[in-house]
Amino acid sequence: MKIMINGTETEVREGTLATILEELGYGDAKVATAVNEAFVPASARDVALSPGDRVEIVAPRQGG
Amino acid sequence: MQFYGTEIASRLMLGTAQYPSPSVLAEAFRRSGAGIATVSVRREAGGERAGAAFWDLVRELGVALLPNTAGCHSVREAVTTAQMARELFDTPWIKLEVIGHADTLQPDPFALVQAARILVEEGFKVFPYTTEDVVLADRLLSAGCEVLMPWGAPIGTGLGLTNIYGLRTLRAQFPDVPMVVDAGLGLPSQAAMAMEMGFDAVLLNTAVAKAGDPAAMAEGFARAVEAGRLAHEADPMEPRDMAAPSTPVIGKAFLT
Repeated sequence: MKIMINGTETEVREGTLATILEELGYGDAKVATAVNEAFVPASARDVALSPGDRVEIVAPRQGG
Repeated sequence: MQFYGTEIASRLMLGTAQYPSPSVLAEAFRRSGAGIATVSVRREAGGERAGAAFWDLVRELGVALLPNTAGCHSVREAVTTAQMARELFDTPWIKLEVIGHADTLQPDPFALVQAARILVEEGFKVFPYTTEDVVLADRLLSAGCEVLMPWGAPIGTGLGLTNIYGLRTLRAQFPDVPMVVDAGLGLPSQAAMAMEMGFDAVLLNTAVAKAGDPAAMAEGFARAVEAGRLAHEADPMEPRDMAAPSTPVIGKAFLT
């Protein structure tokens, strides 16, 4: 199915947020996630995603 | 000085963005003596692992982390960003930025209060990036903020304190609220002035990171902050319009 990953349309296998993160190479990366503009805690990534979902995946960065 | 019950040793807070290299960043922090670093969250690609590298870098600084919601323009965006930051940085502290104007990066006062209220209810310790507006400050305090961070000037301008009257009024209106002058400072003298006016701390980034020698500038700011604080505590003299001789008049030789 096609979903949006950080603003880019991406083809992924059907599954949960956790399996898709694994598929996309995030593995043990230190990231936080939101789906359709709502925060999804690391403990709740077993949620199934649907075609067209908008997923944001962020990590620690420099800031002022 | 305390922020939300946490004792803060240094009155200089420093951002982590725009340094020429990670080693310059680390050296700037060392010479600044800063005890709090601002950080952000940004998109990461699969396999990139930049977040983990930056996380290692800031942990080695040995300072408390204050994640921001920089670049957010709506309540929802700011709240979701804060939630992601809390998980990533494992802290309830959040520097809440909700930008309302593109050219000045002025906070959107209405969205700021709304976002602050939601985040406080969710257990965040909110550090709102605000203007010098006393009514807005009052609303933020009512929303549950226990620290205020008024701007000195728009972010990244280096203009210093552009509304001294407004900042002085804000300080006087809420004497017991910890206040950090955040953004717009370009020179140590401007930081000293903020501290002389009774602000509890200053937060800056560009002035240090974009200096020719960031580490030296960091130390310059550290000394200025300390000098300004000492001056504030020392109860400065009142200025006056007419001259008053400092050397004793009595006893001067009569030599007409």
